[in-house]
Amino acid sequence: MTSVETLSSGPLFGLPLPDLWFGLLFFIFATFLFLDGFDFGVGALFVTREDAAEREQFLAAIGPFWDGNEVWLVVFGGALFAAFPPVYANLFSRHYLLMFAILGALLLRGLAPEMYEQRHDERWQRWWGRSFVAGSLATPFFLGLFTANWLLGSTALVTLPGVLVGLTVVALTVVDGVAFLRLKTRGDLRADLQADGYRALAAYLVLVVATLAGIYALAPSLRATMRSPLVLGLVGLTLVLAAAYALATRRNRYYLAFVAAAGLVFALVAVVAALLYPSVDPATGLTVEAAIVPTLSLNLMSIGAALLLPLVFVYFVVLYSAFSGPIEAEESY
Amino acid sequence: MVDPVIASRLQFALTTIVHIIFPVVSMGLAPFLLYFTWKDIRTGEPVYEQLRRFWTRIFAVSFVVGTVTGIVLEFEFGTNFAAFATTAGPLFGGPLAVEGMMAFMLEATFLGVFVFGRERVGDALYMISAVAVGLGTWLSAVWILIANSWMQMPRGYELVTRNGEQVIHLVDPIAAYATPRFFWMFVHMQNASVESVSLAMAGLSAYFVFKHHVWERPVDHVTFWETTLKIAVVGLLITAPLQVFHGDLYARHVYETQPQKFAAMEAVWETDSYVPEYLIAFPTSIESLLDPRAKEIFGIGIPGGASWLASGGDPQATIRGLEEFEGPQPPVAVVFWSFRIMVALGFWFVTLAFWSGYRWYRGELFADDLLHKALMASSPLGVLAVELGWVVTEVGRQPWIIQGVMKTSEGVSPGLTGAEATATLVGFAAAYLGLLTLYGYVITRLIRAGPPDRADLVTTAPTESEVAADD
Repeated sequence: MTSVETLSSGPLFGLPLPDLWFGLLFFIFATFLFLDGFDFGVGALFVTREDAAEREQFLAAIGPFWDGNEVWLVVFGGALFAAFPPVYANLFSRHYLLMFAILGALLLRGLAPEMYEQRHDERWQRWWGRSFVAGSLATPFFLGLFTANWLLGSTALVTLPGVLVGLTVVALTVVDGVAFLRLKTRGDLRADLQADGYRALAAYLVLVVATLAGIYALAPSLRATMRSPLVLGLVGLTLVLAAAYALATRRNRYYLAFVAAAGLVFALVAVVAALLYPSVDPATGLTVEAAIVPTLSLNLMSIGAALLLPLVFVYFVVLYSAFSGPIEAEESY
Repeated sequence: MVDPVIASRLQFALTTIVHIIFPVVSMGLAPFLLYFTWKDIRTGEPVYEQLRRFWTRIFAVSFVVGTVTGIVLEFEFGTNFAAFATTAGPLFGGPLAVEGMMAFMLEATFLGVFVFGRERVGDALYMISAVAVGLGTWLSAVWILIANSWMQMPRGYELVTRNGEQVIHLVDPIAAYATPRFFWMFVHMQNASVESVSLAMAGLSAYFVFKHHVWERPVDHVTFWETTLKIAVVGLLITAPLQVFHGDLYARHVYETQPQKFAAMEAVWETDSYVPEYLIAFPTSIESLLDPRAKEIFGIGIPGGASWLASGGDPQATIRGLEEFEGPQPPVAVVFWSFRIMVALGFWFVTLAFWSGYRWYRGELFADDLLHKALMASSPLGVLAVELGWVVTEVGRQPWIIQGVMKTSEGVSPGLTGAEATATLVGFAAAYLGLLTLYGYVITRLIRAGPPDRADLVTTAPTESEVAADD
């Protein structure tokens, strides 16, 4: 068993694996929030459309993607469990009701499009349409609330910063959803969405400023980190990305706007990770080093992730290129 | 207010019992979908296109419900069994993370291509996506069962104190993850899934074949249903005898590695040799209403049967009785009866398989109305047998969450209140009841609508998406 001894004696190639897994975890979370984020955004924007054909187009746009997008949440849960088991256990049991609220909202969001298409009578579609909107708004809101409670080590279910972060995440998913829908639609619908994009972006920026100010005021322990070059740099990057998004939207550079939306999501999650580090759970005081799994498990998982995650990106490239471009008029969910 | 330990156990039981239905449908349908897709691409015969499209819709709906209920299960380790998650996480979390990255990702991304992409991608990529979806469903089971089999047969670990808590550290990955239990669980589970789907398909198609051939009522797509019936019978002929065969070997493995569970399966209270295999057993008194006492009172048994099965051929073999084990026992009645009914169903499925096979051989598969009725009535029984099998596996190992290492009651989240646990339990009971009703309703509608007609396809191309619209 020499190979097992090698794997349990020290980190692979001397890499700082605990920190890498901390980073990877937030990378996975950001990927989820970006990919499923546009599904949530589409769900939120669904409420703005009365026309049945336009609604069909919205559903058709996310149809092939949302299942794969949501898996990133499962991978996030699995990775947190596998890399930082005490954090996973503490965090999830501490936010017991909130976790089930997230699950309930996701359940509604997941079922609604599938059910909406099962019958074509008005009443049925009206109710499932509402469920779709509700699930798509509630999920990112609860996720934001959860993230804020995690970051601030709060044990209360609802807090003011939590609500602010929740609303921020909702606004961000709408920004994301507009960018996605403008890739997938044509003509008047595409033009209409431009204004929604600006509004959502403005709301996002206002909320981000309010949230950061609120956290700065309420959490003195985070002030030093908030003034660090990394966080200030990320905030600056957010402004640049927001400008790029607005400009790209205005000039109908759809892919660029989509990439800028991705950048906004990753920047926001990076701010959260930067504010947490080197702790992974301020409520219990567990640091990355204290919470990480032992070397052998960590090395095995790292090998697994190094082999599998690139493969996963290949799957996504295949999927997104198979369904690239605007949906055809006849295409529906 | 329910005690948080009891509420958590009930909730986990409820979520697994409901969730397992959907992976069974996905895993069981996977090989059929692969066959239909391959035949559709190779032969271009309309019936295979209908088969592919019809069963893909069923698969897609089941997958959606399976996804939403599966996420719940993953989260429940953290929300309700935090003490277990902290203790076992360094060894147990890995397989769950890999399941997500290796299996679920593969299945979920390629399902998008498989369900929506027939008109968008070439034959080769389409076939690849069918393989990827099928492989994904099966690999999911591999990793979940690796995790579960370790709980049944913990090896390759050591107990270490870390941050003031007892934690399980992985020391030998091969021993921990490649347990013999995993092998038996996987073989038994995969085969059971295909068997259950074969039964459901057989029962469903038998209804339409019966209506057409026996009742002589008008039925659309007769060829489609006849082909479905034949393919389902083939599936049944392969899986039903195998299920009994490795079920027997699996039970023998349980006898060797989890004697307490085996004793509960047979309701053996006192250690004995030449133990009969009781088909029925009754409690000794009203107080012990829920404990079948196989030995002491009236029961119908095959002499030496249980010993013979446990040892693989020796009717004199000794079976350790429940009284030899200290501490609480698993609820014997639940395990005993679940096991009995599961085994009886297994033999009934073998009978059905041979009966159908014989009629087919005689050229009477579409004419035997009694067979059709039997198939119709047996349609949901495969899934029932799977559920009962899991009850034996999971209830039978109680009071242990990790056999011999950690009790289930010790694994529950320490801070969980009765109010919280009760609230979510009630919420789940309601939500899952609604979910099952909805699923049943949608599947019924899909069956009523029947397979898409090829004529429709030609006139309103590109209709893949249109037809998918009715998904």
